[in-house]
This record gives sequence, structure tokens and C-alpha cells, in this order.
Amino acid sequence: MSRHAPTTRAELMSRDVEPLPTHAPAQPFPEAARISLADVQLRRNMGKVTTTIRAKRAKAVAELPDWEDLREAGRAIKDQTLRHLDHYLIQLEQAVTKAGGKVHWAADATEANRIITELVKAHATNEVVKIKSLTTDELGLNEALHEIGVEAFETDLAELIIQLAGERSSHILVPAIHKNRAEIRALFRRQLADTENLTDEPKALAGAARAHLRKKFLSAKVAVSGANFGVAETGSICIVESEGNGRMCLTLPRVLISVMGIEKVIPSWRDLEVYLQLLPRSSTAERMNPYTSIWTGASAPGDGPEEFHLVLLDNGRTKVLADSFGRQALQCIRCSACLNVCPVYERTGGHAYNSVYPGPIGAILTPQLVGVHNAGSLPYASSLCGACYDACPVKIHIPQVLVHLRGKVVEHKRDSLSGRLAPESLAMKTLGRVFTSPRRFERFQRLGRLGQRLKVHNGMIESLPGQLGGWTAVRDVYPVAPETFREWWRRRESGSTSTPSSREGQS
Amino acid sequence: MSANSARDVVLGKIRAALKDVPQSEKPDGAAVERSYLTTADAPRSELVRQFIERVEEYRAKVKTTSPDGLARVIAESCAENGLRSLVVPAGLPEGWAPADLTLLHEPGLTIDQLERADGALTACAVGIAQTGTVVLDAGPGQGRRAVTLLPDHHLCVIFEDQIVCLVPEAIARLHDVANRPDRPITFISGPSATSDIELNRVEGVHGPRKLEVIVVASA
Repeated sequence: MSRHAPTTRAELMSRDVEPLPTHAPAQPFPEAARISLADVQLRRNMGKVTTTIRAKRAKAVAELPDWEDLREAGRAIKDQTLRHLDHYLIQLEQAVTKAGGKVHWAADATEANRIITELVKAHATNEVVKIKSLTTDELGLNEALHEIGVEAFETDLAELIIQLAGERSSHILVPAIHKNRAEIRALFRRQLADTENLTDEPKALAGAARAHLRKKFLSAKVAVSGANFGVAETGSICIVESEGNGRMCLTLPRVLISVMGIEKVIPSWRDLEVYLQLLPRSSTAERMNPYTSIWTGASAPGDGPEEFHLVLLDNGRTKVLADSFGRQALQCIRCSACLNVCPVYERTGGHAYNSVYPGPIGAILTPQLVGVHNAGSLPYASSLCGACYDACPVKIHIPQVLVHLRGKVVEHKRDSLSGRLAPESLAMKTLGRVFTSPRRFERFQRLGRLGQRLKVHNGMIESLPGQLGGWTAVRDVYPVAPETFREWWRRRESGSTSTPSSREGQS
Repeated sequence: MSANSARDVVLGKIRAALKDVPQSEKPDGAAVERSYLTTADAPRSELVRQFIERVEEYRAKVKTTSPDGLARVIAESCAENGLRSLVVPAGLPEGWAPADLTLLHEPGLTIDQLERADGALTACAVGIAQTGTVVLDAGPGQGRRAVTLLPDHHLCVIFEDQIVCLVPEAIARLHDVANRPDRPITFISGPSATSDIELNRVEGVHGPRKLEVIVVASA
């Protein structure tokens, strides 16, 4: 874990930063964002890819006449599932067990890592192959395996890239999105064998990864994966991927360990017909991703892992579930459409969010998973423009949840002594008193009118003094009017004819 | 913490978190409104046309033939691609695989043998026109999953009446095998690909770099 807050891009991208700010407050978003924004190459890379994917997604979505109906069904199924989560998890457990799989439950990351490391140890191997999985990133599983002398090989191309670079993911779908082809080529030439003549053509880069990982696939005894969906009715687990590294891991090793967040369960087989349409079009903007694998329990002899373990993970999810409004964050199917349309994410990139879940969904998920005391700046990492809600295939109302969480941040601050005595809190308390009495309010207005005399330029106040200056750092403020409505009304009643400008000079 | 207590802890936390859900509300899948399309009544010719167009868009190769011409088309494809050895899964209809090739019969091949084979010839369970997808479910003539994964060339035969229009229609057809451990399901849409470099789709990573689909007209 890093001792001090990152001050450089390299430190910000480093794997030394916790996957989720569970143990200590994360570096505030504005500070981390400033580090990212100074990286011109990053801004260029991010601008290019988000523009490309936005156009492609819009096209893929426009092709389906029933897209809005699918979105609504996708939302409703997840909402129903979450409202009866215990029921469906037990049903899933029974179905998986019946099909020869073993189900484990883990309340937190430590417990999940213990279960997985013990399973790996039991098979006397010192390497595992991994399918890209945010859930295992969240656990810091690779580090936990490293501690018992087991090396985890990431097999997804982007995961491989950042693993070789010793960096954290910056996007939930394309973790190496912050790197362009030239940077990847340089990295591969440094780290992989037989790459002296490697070009920066994406095809050549993908070929280098293929050659590098082939032997690992053929020799690994244990594979670790996440899960996109777990079907309670049938016990089937579904993994959606592109490269075939997923199929390799799901088919060749003898043992498969899949880690699934408890919110990934869906009730019935039929529900897949909704998500297998929503997910590919929202994530890679394809009609369908190249490979989707669905399996049930332990495989038949010769066709995949004889031993299948499913680890059901809480790790803060029940905290999210307990907030009946914030709960909708658990509907997320990790497509990343909200990241790609977000004007904030597009500029800062993912590392500034200091979480394995960056972007708009991360801004509502991370603070709920770890508590607003550790990620209180994230609900403010948004302009509330609403593009994320429009893009979300399961209709998570991200802007509303952001506002809801901003309320929680303020509540939390009010609960502590230092928070109560903070200038913002004192100012709000004073304003509260002022607003509750008409007489106090009018006296405050008159005071303001006197105080603002030297501050008004061209009819606006451009900077407020002292602590209030924070408010005007990014916006101008209207001055108190020369005559308020109530003053005008009283004057009208009393029959006075003098105009306010003759009574109050305006600069 | 013992295994059982972790289960109790998580389930206990879930129940505590769901206090706002009325006791009277029961889990009910029917409560979800499914107003999206679940069937399409496009004529078969249109369906087949769309299937071919969309499979091709993902840079898979498509050929069409009649039942009588199937063996000839398969042989042509093998010749065009220089395939000399071909994996043949159990249950593949007699006469599909060209006799002049080295045929590697399943079951029983080692991973190494699969890895060294030039290609694999399989049937499939269902095709989806809307997405250009073929689905394998380990049924007859489809083989275990490694068969269509390790050889660099996958030749897949589909009959016109196996093609449906929509994803929901395919999911419905697969329901009967969904809970069977011996029938894993794989959706294949084009050859192996990645979008990991600058979000550009590039074909050919770990799975077969070539996918060829042969569509057989219904008799």
C-alpha cells in the first residue's frame, strides 16, 4: 500500500494503490484528477477512444427497435432479483451443487482470498491462469496468490498489458485504454521474448500475446475467473469475452475457481436473452461478442475442469443493498458504456477515481462499498449531465444516486466534531438560521448590499472573500438586487415613488 | 470463520438489508414485463440472407450449398486453406469429412494432438441471424469445447432450419440442455478478436483465427 498520496502519473497508475479505498480515505478525486490532466498523451488517447466507441455504440443500439424495452426488462429483472437476493442465491447454490460444483461464501476480501489460496495450494501448483475479472481485482487476489508463492497470469490482452507494466486498470472493460499502440509496442519489446521486430499494428501486438500465453494455457492446472451471470434456475454460469483466452481457461485446466459478486445472480435461464443483447452492444458496440461460454457445474470427463468452485462474494455489497435508493448500483452488468460517455472520465481517465470501479458507475459504487468516509469526493466527480443514465443498459439512475450520496457525504461530515466546526458547516448553519426568519433574511440582504458594493462588476460578483471564495472559483454570483420584490411591494403599498436606483447606487 | 458461518453471515446481512421489502412480496419472475421482441416472422430466405451477411461482417467466411453438395464444399474449403489434418468429433454425419485428409477422430485425442491439428469440422446447435452467431452445445457432431478452440481453423456446418432470427429464440431452443453439466454452451460470433488496443476490433487472438460457416439449404 502506498505510504503517501500519489503526486506523479506513475505513482497514480501504480499497483501500490489499494484496489478499493477500504482501509483509509482515498486521495481526493480533484487532486488525483489534476495529476492525470497534466498528462497530454493520456488526454489525447482517451479522447480518441471514447469518441470512437461512442459512435459505434450509438449505431449498435439504434439497430434494435426494441432497445428501450430491453433496457426496461434488464432493469426490472435485476431489481426483482435484488429484492429477493437471498432466495435466488440459495437456489443458485442448490443448482450448482446438484451439478457437481462446490459453492463457497465469502463475507469479505480476506475470506475470499483465503478460500482461493487454499484451493490453489491443495492442487500443488505455483501458477494459475486468469480470465479478466474485476471482482478478483477488487480482492487483490494476484497479490494474495503471490504471497503464497503462486504466480497469477492475466490472459486478457489488456490485463496482460497492465500486468506487464505494473499498472492499475483505468477502464472496466479495456483496462489498458490509457495506452496507445506505440506505448504497448514499447512495453512488449521490453518484456516479451522474440519481439525485436514487433510493429505497432494491433494485429501484430495481439499475435505477440498469443505466442506468449499459448504454453501457459496448455500447462496450467488451475484457472481463476469472475462471472458475468449466474442463473439460479439452472446453476449455469456465463462468461462473455472476445479473445478466446476465456475459453482456454474454462476448458483446459483441471480446476476452475469462479468468483462471483452476489449481485450477479439472475433468476431464470430466459433472463439471459435480455442481457446477452444489452451487454455486447453497450460494451464493445458489437451485435454479439466473439465468444460467450455457459457451463453448469463440474464438466463431463474430457470436456473441461473436473472440479468447479463458485465463490459467492459480499465484500460490501450488502451495504449497498441496505440503501433502498442506492441499491440500484448493484444492477450494473459492467458494460462500461457510462465511462465512455462521461465528459469527466473522458478527460481524467480511470486512475483518478482510485478504485477498480472508475467512471460514473464507480462514483456511485465505490463510496457505497467502502463508505463515504473513505471515498467522499467521488459523488462530486460529475457534472450531473445525465449522459450516463441515457447510456446505461439497465437504467441505473446514476445522477440521482450521485446527488443522494452527496447528501450522505454532508450527513457524515455533520456527524463529526471537526465536520460540525468546518467553515462550510458553520456557513450552512448560519444560512439555515437566516432563512428561517423573514426579518433576519431581510437584514442579511441589506448587509449583503452594503458589503457587495466594491465587488460587483458588470452586474456580477466574480469573487467572494475568504472561505466563500471556493464557490466563486468556478462561477460568478448574482449580487443582491438593488430592490427585492418584497421591498418593492411594500413601497408600492405605501405609495412611495422613489426608485431604488435613486436610493441605492449601483456600480 | 467456518464455511457455514460465512454463509449465515452473508445471508443474514442480505436479509437485514432488505427490511424495506414487504414480507408479503414473493419472488416472482412473471412480475417482469417483457415487451421486447421474442419472435420474428421474417421469411426463411430473409433470415438466411441476414445470417450470412452478419456472419461475414465479422470476417468469418460463409459458403452456401445444398445437402448433396455439402461434402464437395467441405473438401473445397479444406483444399483452399491447405488443411491437411482435420479433427472429427463423434456423431458427425458420415461422408462430411473429406476422405483424402488425415482425419483425427474424437473422442480420445490429446490436447497436444488438437493443438497440432490444422482444423476442426463440426455441426452446431443453432444460429442467430440478428447477431451472426453460431451456437454449439456439445450435441452430436459438435465435440467437446477444446475441439473448436485449439485448431486454428474452424469449419462449422449449419442447416437453414437451425437458423433463428432473434437471441430470445435461440435461448429458448437451448433451455433443455442448460442444466446439464455434459452440455456446455458456446456462442461463437466470428473468429477470435480483441478490442483492447485503442478499442479497434482485431481478429485473431487465442481462439481459431479462421472461422468458416457452411450454410446448407433445407431439403
